[in-house]
Amino acid sequence: MEVFLVSLLNGLVYGMLLFMLASGLTLILSMMGVLNFAHASAYMLGAYFAFTISQHIGFWPALIIAPLLCGLLGAMIEMYGLRRVHRNGHIAELLFTFGLALIIEKVVQMTWGLLPVPYRVPAGLDFPLFSIYGTQFPAYRAFMLLISLLMFGAIWLGLTRTRIGLVIQAALTHPDMVGALGHNVPRVFTTVFAAGTALAGLAGVIGGNYQVTEPAMAFTMGPIVFVVVVFGGLGSLTGCFIASLMMGLIQTFAVVLDYSPADLLRQFGIIVTSATPFHEVLTVPLPRVGALLPFLLLILILVFKPRGLMGTRDT
Amino acid sequence: MLQSLLSRLAIGALAVATCFAGPTFAQGTIKIAYTDPLSGPFAQVGDANLKQMNYILDYINSHGGALGKKFELVPFDNKSQPSDALIALKSATDQNMPFIMQCSGSNIAAALIEAVNKHNARNPDNRIIYINCGAVATELTNEQCSFWHFRFDANVAQKAEVMVRALPKEVTKVYLLNQDYLFGQSVQRDVKAFIAKLRPDIQVVGDELIPLGKVKDFAPYITKIKASGAQALLTGNWGPDMNLLIKAGIDAGVDLRYYTMYAHLAGGAVAIGPGGDGKVRSVQAFNENIAPEIGNAEAEAWTKDFRSKYPFDFYAAGFRTIFEFLAAAINKAGSTDPTKIALAMEDLKHKDFLGYESKMRKDDHQIIGPYFVGVFKRGVKYDSEKTGLGWATEATIPAKDIEQPTTCKMQRPKA
Repeated sequence: MEVFLVSLLNGLVYGMLLFMLASGLTLILSMMGVLNFAHASAYMLGAYFAFTISQHIGFWPALIIAPLLCGLLGAMIEMYGLRRVHRNGHIAELLFTFGLALIIEKVVQMTWGLLPVPYRVPAGLDFPLFSIYGTQFPAYRAFMLLISLLMFGAIWLGLTRTRIGLVIQAALTHPDMVGALGHNVPRVFTTVFAAGTALAGLAGVIGGNYQVTEPAMAFTMGPIVFVVVVFGGLGSLTGCFIASLMMGLIQTFAVVLDYSPADLLRQFGIIVTSATPFHEVLTVPLPRVGALLPFLLLILILVFKPRGLMGTRDT
Repeated sequence: MLQSLLSRLAIGALAVATCFAGPTFAQGTIKIAYTDPLSGPFAQVGDANLKQMNYILDYINSHGGALGKKFELVPFDNKSQPSDALIALKSATDQNMPFIMQCSGSNIAAALIEAVNKHNARNPDNRIIYINCGAVATELTNEQCSFWHFRFDANVAQKAEVMVRALPKEVTKVYLLNQDYLFGQSVQRDVKAFIAKLRPDIQVVGDELIPLGKVKDFAPYITKIKASGAQALLTGNWGPDMNLLIKAGIDAGVDLRYYTMYAHLAGGAVAIGPGGDGKVRSVQAFNENIAPEIGNAEAEAWTKDFRSKYPFDFYAAGFRTIFEFLAAAINKAGSTDPTKIALAMEDLKHKDFLGYESKMRKDDHQIIGPYFVGVFKRGVKYDSEKTGLGWATEATIPAKDIEQPTTCKMQRPKA
């Protein structure tokens, strides 16, 4: 029970962090068809911006300013980069964002150095909120949960209950028609890209001190975010939300469940010994492959339900 | 006509080239190829190593180098990939460099040993010595031992023994967590073996392998470790795998002692932070507070000077020992011929700048020197990474205590 509760909380926090990252990516991907490789780089930039800003004027202004900076950067990338590259098709866009991710990593390394920077949880949130069975639950994690929930609410309301949200949704499926009705579709695209990047930046601000702020953080976070987006399904914020929580919980629980395929087989009366074929694979405990499970799920969903969990259309 | 002109030109060019090449070759530098990850997730380690090596070489070169020649470090990025390390080896041998040096990754070291063995067997005129500055899987100087491989860091078995010896009496339940590759598995096996041998009262309540560099959130592992009732966590993790693990543990406020092999490396102190006061211990070859602790003002001044030049701590005293060993071996051999240097290096003894003596054991080419256990705490003379906390020496294990037997059957070259 103890392990279950603590793992549940940890899984939720990690899942929500994934969601903050993935929500921006899923918006961009479903709207513009751009698989933005530089998305996790915006997450990293958010963390580094917040670190620098918080050294001068504190964490709370950084919470606002850093995502705005990232959003601004996103807008510039879309207007002066992607829009030009867009004419040459999706492969060009893909390569463009991939190159961008590499460049951003190098720039970060040159600006802030290769070592992790001491970006710490603000003093006001650096206390244990409560403790369950002796394990402290830091207040900062609760704060992360709160921020990400607020963000989910804001995006959802924004997309379904506001005028700009309706235009965005319309531009998703019928960009030409929306353009014919007099809306500035390129500007809508820019807005979405900037907003998505800002969300990633926000995730960086609150994720950077929860984990460690270092130049490799984009590289380690990138793949799992793609898994979430594809798993959740294109164009579905809810799917993305569910997929994020699932991935967070799966990775967390995989660690604490010390079972292997051999244990499963034992239930059916098959005992795995060193003589059994593939016994090395069969006796690998779950925690040892926990970090790889999301990728296994990705393959499975692509095979059996290519649209993803709640996707409304094909990739 | 044209042909003869061309050939005359070519001869002229060749003459000019040899004219220039002659003197530079005679005075030339002693090149050391250095290959480690300089990009990617483990770049911080390679980059910090490189800066410290250059600092040490500047010092050694300003004190005469070896045989009047200066050492020159030529870095190659291997992106943590054995294949890239082999490309670096190829470049090094193409340029006739006598040494290739590599620190991070026992899997890469294993590939390099094999490749160096083959290369040296096939090219007796162009041999190369592999200087291992930190790949510590015990096998490399046992089953896989090679005449061309010299290891200048304590191996896993030695570090494991130091770690187990450092466990206080009241600790009876420990948890092992290691990276799932050659090195991590080596730590896992050796720590367990020494616990069984030296501390049979200790119970291993958990034993885990994690995928290398893949885990982003260690909180679930901490939950599991806490549930197991362990009093101490023993880990060989390095890089982000170590930083994130300890950070997660300290954030969760779990009452646990951490025994690591690499928490003192670059990035560790920041990740541990002030919350880790007195909780984290690291098995180390050096820390900046050893010199003031033993009252060696000269060594203290030398390491302090590094701090004034670079924004991070100096931890690589072992590298100074390496380069001083190389200089001594070259001077003893009177030549930069790799075979002669390798022979000169065997059983060579050297007093390091702190005043401790170490020896390159002939049987397996494993360095035998003293080792330390440091504890990360407040109130030390030199703090780490501007955290206000630093490494204080808790135990000094003399060389004779970790001079473990080897199973190496070394094959030496005939001539």
